[in-house]
Amino acid sequence: MDDQQRELHFNERIARGEVIEPKDWMPERYRKQLIRMMSQHAHSEVVGMLPEGNWITRAPSLRRKAVLLAKVQDEAGHGLYIYSGVETLGISREELYNEFLEGRAKYSSIFNYPTLTWADMGAIGWLVDGAAIVNQTVLAKGSYGPYARAMVRICKEENFHHKQGYEILATLMKGTKEQQEMAQDSINRFWWPSLMMFGPPDKESPNSADLLRWKVKLYSNDELRQRFIDRTVPQAENIGLKIPDPLLKWNAEKDHYDHGDINWEEFYNVIKGNGICNKERMKARREAHENGAWVREAALAYARKQEKVPMEA
Amino acid sequence: MSNTENNLPLWEVFTQKKQGAPYEHAGNVHAADKEMALQNARDVYSRRNEAIGLWVVPTDAIVASTPEDMGPFFDPANDKAYRHPNFFKTPGAKF
Repeated sequence: MDDQQRELHFNERIARGEVIEPKDWMPERYRKQLIRMMSQHAHSEVVGMLPEGNWITRAPSLRRKAVLLAKVQDEAGHGLYIYSGVETLGISREELYNEFLEGRAKYSSIFNYPTLTWADMGAIGWLVDGAAIVNQTVLAKGSYGPYARAMVRICKEENFHHKQGYEILATLMKGTKEQQEMAQDSINRFWWPSLMMFGPPDKESPNSADLLRWKVKLYSNDELRQRFIDRTVPQAENIGLKIPDPLLKWNAEKDHYDHGDINWEEFYNVIKGNGICNKERMKARREAHENGAWVREAALAYARKQEKVPMEA
Repeated sequence: MSNTENNLPLWEVFTQKKQGAPYEHAGNVHAADKEMALQNARDVYSRRNEAIGLWVVPTDAIVASTPEDMGPFFDPANDKAYRHPNFFKTPGAKF
């Protein structure tokens, strides 16, 4: 078989809904797009620990602190599941880290916004993880086996993240006027960036066509964004939070909410590195990696001393 | 693939979900040695009691069939329907 026939065969497999496994033949572009998308996703999980890590020592109670710690630990786990998945595509963990630390790989723009108040822990769990769930539930049915399986695992854990965030906000909304304002202020800041998490509008999304054709993605960015809005607005109303969008309105005819325009200029600006926390996040990651170097060295030296260490091929 | 001195080796992780259940592949972890591999496997794959038992195996030690094997490697089983109980006629009897 030549590559053209292989690609034909591959496309037929995709059309039949078959799952592609690491050793199966795949077009180079499929492999490249998956590496790009999955590594971006893994880096996001890892960077995602930073805005929340910021509040661990200042959580208002032991219960909240234990929960936040567990959530942040989950995010590390999610990063690891996805890194494992990307490695099956023939790129090493070290290369992935380096691409990220050298600024050649992206991560979700949402994590470049600062977490200014405790209410932001609520907004992140409810909105950011809520958006992630909408995305990941669909990715769990995608065509690449290792990615889909990582998503299944992540989705199970993400529901806890989502609900603990909502609980934080619901509690604040039952509190003092200041606490209610703190919750509302947080939603005002996180609502629009959360909508941007689904990526650029369909007409400006350069990778979508390929990813949809290969069933890595099953719905477009705009479709998923709409799904998130429809699901989230009633939850906001339930606890008296206002969505900061004057044009948001239920459209009975479409059976969806209409919403105002998203500020895409801001989105591209943050992606380019000009968000509030881009530099701080990258600095934190680089320092963590550099400061951990001696630990990796020591662990390996110890292992070699013990001998019979399996060496990576 | 790049490999420098400080790359931690890869281990495949198998979990047993409950007593008597088989060990199933869960994923993999990077770790310097056996002990670290077990601890990392616990932290990554059993934060919610998903496992009561863990195996970690150096990835290099695993020998796997390839997708191209799918036909010929497994076809000795294809023409032996008599290995299944429903191949046999057992008129009227209850089993």
